[in-house]
Amino acid sequence: MSGANRVAVVGIGQTKHAAIRGDVSLPGLLREAAQRALDDAHLTMDDIDAVIVGKAPDFFEGVMMPECYLAEAIGAVGKPLLRVHTAGSVGGSTANVAASHIEAGVAERVLTIAWEMQSCSEAMWALSFQIPFQQQLVAGAGGYFAPFIREYMRRTNAPDDIGILVALKDRLNALKNPYAHLHEPDITYDSVKESFMLWEPIRYSETCPSSDGAIAMVLASESAAEASAASSGVPPAWVLGTSMRSEPAMAAGRNQVSPQAGKDCAADVFRQAGITNPRAEIDVVEMYVPFSWYEPMWLENLGFAEEGEGWKLTEAGVTHMDGDLPVNCSGGVLSTNPIGASGMLRFGEAAMQVRGQAGAHQIDGAKKALGHAYGGAAQFFAMWVVGADKP
Amino acid sequence: MPPYDNDRVVVELTNPGWSQPEIHIPAGGGDGEPVQRIRVPAALRYRYNPGTAPTEFLLALANKKLVGGVCPETGDVYVPPRGVSPVVGRPTSGTVEIGPNGTVTTFCVVHIGFGVNAPPTPFVSALILPDGAAVSLYGTILEIPIEQVRTGMRLEPVWVDDDELTTSFENIKYWRPLDEPDVDPDLLKGHM
Amino acid sequence: MRDVAIVSVSQSTHQRSLDHLNEVEMIQPVIQGAFEQIDATIRDIDFVCSGSSDYLAGQAFSFVMSLDAVGAWPPMAESHVEMDGAWALYEAWLKIQSGHADTALVFAYSKASPGDLPRVLSRQLDPYYYGPLWPDSVAIAGLQARAMIDAGLTSEAAMAEIAHRNRTVALDNPHAQVKGSASIEELLAQPYLSDPLRVHDCPPISDGGVAVILAAGDKAHQWSKRPAWIRGLDHRVDSHNFGARDLTTSPSISIAADKAGVAHGKVDIAELCTPFTHQETIAVKALGLGDDCVVNPSGGPLAANPMMAAGLIRLGEVANRIMDGTADRGVAHATSGHCLQQNLIAVLEGEG
Repeated sequence: MSGANRVAVVGIGQTKHAAIRGDVSLPGLLREAAQRALDDAHLTMDDIDAVIVGKAPDFFEGVMMPECYLAEAIGAVGKPLLRVHTAGSVGGSTANVAASHIEAGVAERVLTIAWEMQSCSEAMWALSFQIPFQQQLVAGAGGYFAPFIREYMRRTNAPDDIGILVALKDRLNALKNPYAHLHEPDITYDSVKESFMLWEPIRYSETCPSSDGAIAMVLASESAAEASAASSGVPPAWVLGTSMRSEPAMAAGRNQVSPQAGKDCAADVFRQAGITNPRAEIDVVEMYVPFSWYEPMWLENLGFAEEGEGWKLTEAGVTHMDGDLPVNCSGGVLSTNPIGASGMLRFGEAAMQVRGQAGAHQIDGAKKALGHAYGGAAQFFAMWVVGADKP
Repeated sequence: MPPYDNDRVVVELTNPGWSQPEIHIPAGGGDGEPVQRIRVPAALRYRYNPGTAPTEFLLALANKKLVGGVCPETGDVYVPPRGVSPVVGRPTSGTVEIGPNGTVTTFCVVHIGFGVNAPPTPFVSALILPDGAAVSLYGTILEIPIEQVRTGMRLEPVWVDDDELTTSFENIKYWRPLDEPDVDPDLLKGHM
Repeated sequence: MRDVAIVSVSQSTHQRSLDHLNEVEMIQPVIQGAFEQIDATIRDIDFVCSGSSDYLAGQAFSFVMSLDAVGAWPPMAESHVEMDGAWALYEAWLKIQSGHADTALVFAYSKASPGDLPRVLSRQLDPYYYGPLWPDSVAIAGLQARAMIDAGLTSEAAMAEIAHRNRTVALDNPHAQVKGSASIEELLAQPYLSDPLRVHDCPPISDGGVAVILAAGDKAHQWSKRPAWIRGLDHRVDSHNFGARDLTTSPSISIAADKAGVAHGKVDIAELCTPFTHQETIAVKALGLGDDCVVNPSGGPLAANPMMAAGLIRLGEVANRIMDGTADRGVAHATSGHCLQQNLIAVLEGEG
């Protein structure tokens, strides 16, 4: 991060995610997360220099450019307010843009919020309503990704049930996360296997839910972070690297199973963080897994496993909380999916880990964590590495 | 696993230190339930333009043909054409006919369709590489038992009757197997 | 702070409706034009950021297709804001300030023609209290115009004069859509569209786009003989609640102007993204512009208003006049939301 000011996460707050949060209005949802983040940081809205928000398509709530409407509720009046939209990776790219305010030296403390209130409209419709002249995807969102999962299985000869193992792990982890949407205490390997097959090989229990939820973080400069930490008693999570990469949805030679943009994004963020052996040096990973099989696929794409070997880590239990590369201790996107927030939830949960705030899903002694988000036709990637020690 | 109490307090808001004034909600506001939802019907009409290159594609479809746009640098043929080659950011140098036959580059079996045009489930949703193109189109596959569908198999499009042809993707009802040898799946890797 | 400049600006010829082109076909030549001006390619660009709106396009994830016009292969660092491109420029500027990039491509576009724009913009309102009433963008602007007239800060005649002046100078702008104006008497004889606004008080509905290239330090000198240096850049937002603020003033413009240092020197030209005539008066006052400042030499948004691009176009128009030596110091303004709710101010300067 040559030339950039140091940035740290000093406050993290999220809502209780649910299918319908009928108890809060849209601003109320954001406020719940924002206020928790500010409380966590021992700061008030008056301390915030700029607000950076992000969410996925506005059709989810039926409000165009909602940051205009929400300005008051999120304490942005009189301040800079920016709204990022990079499809599914938006939560992650929003956090990166927030960090760049501090890196650039235009702000000392910023509040960043990502949310989606999917219960406001119909999520499937909002994602993909029919545009005339364009080909309709009669298979739906999961039907878009399932063929690439099939190709992954063909290339690797992975056993059929790797996806089941991921879904089971993530949903059991979610039981340790009070904010997660899905709490399924009775889930078992068999209950996942027997759940309705949606798009082979993805079953109902291997698919992300549709959630209402928000997450907020307070990012601060070095001096502001030290002051906040001294007050709150919670150490900052230092941002060791941020990266974003995009590639076209259709490009001859594109590897849909392990997109080049993902590989390049990971290489960049690890380089910034001074990490040469991610498998050994990263203690915990929060990656964007909306359909179970993306865990082994992303393990390879991110460089934690050789090509074709990702599923072996999953099968061997390496990605369990008691394994040596825990993945998605929060329950991940498979347990909670307000689409606009999901990327920032990964980034925020990674930061919680290195701050020791993850409660029952904490990995003891986590010092370096990766937050990962992707979106679009697996073409937009945003990542960050956070650490307990100042760089 | 002990049952989880989703309502338990996870963060105690201490002194809510934001600077806006306290809100006083007058007492006696009625003893009804709090409002949880309001229903706001919203309708907006849009008139979409496909654009020049997609128009060529749609007109070709009306004639039971598939066309793609040629990348001016690599010669790769993109379908559906959008007028620009995505790898160089320049206009495609022309349109060429592709297909009509194609190869399955990957697929999945769908058990829950989406939208009014979805075929009865279960059905195969496939990425199909038209002959001569560099990237695949979506299509459904019929006239073959689902378990016999495989990557690399050869297909031909089944068109609607001539009097039902319009300028739309729906002119292709589905794809069906062609009696030709399969293509090695490893050769299809960059063409999904 | 690093020295960052605008070194190239490219715009489409804005039109009511570009029926034969989709967004990609529309923006690609604009982006290519920005590169051709400085003999550069996408390979010279470290970061890409764009501004556009799904609701405008009537399509979710509409910005995704515009990536084709960039040629992001091999993969690139790229981002997008669901806001006017001026805010995409702000994000790119931050990226350069933070040292992650030395050059950036910023672009924005709109095809407002598919939808009924004033109604579409009603979806930008508070969904509980204002939205369900479906006031369109002209009606909301009319509230502000009424407030201005009642406060004695403008009049229908003054507003007509602003329309006349802007559209007359637009005759010299090859990109403008509405060029030339009827006389002020003729304008005032027209019926109201949304009292007190008449058609001439409102911006046209436009399809169009703009692309701008940013470069830092030496790179800027390499690409332009007289780069338009960004000396100040700030943006602020006011409350959305029309009842909670004085619609005749713009605190956010004043704050942003102060932070951007508008008053630190003479302002030769100002390009104001004030789509309604009465709003120009508000912005001029909030910026503290003197009579010697030429306002909207391009004709401003009254001559062409491609939503999501109009603000970035203002920055481009000021940059062009600095680069060609017409002006030494200029202010560019971008706006978002109804009644000038959110505003961005840039101060651009040339050297030598």
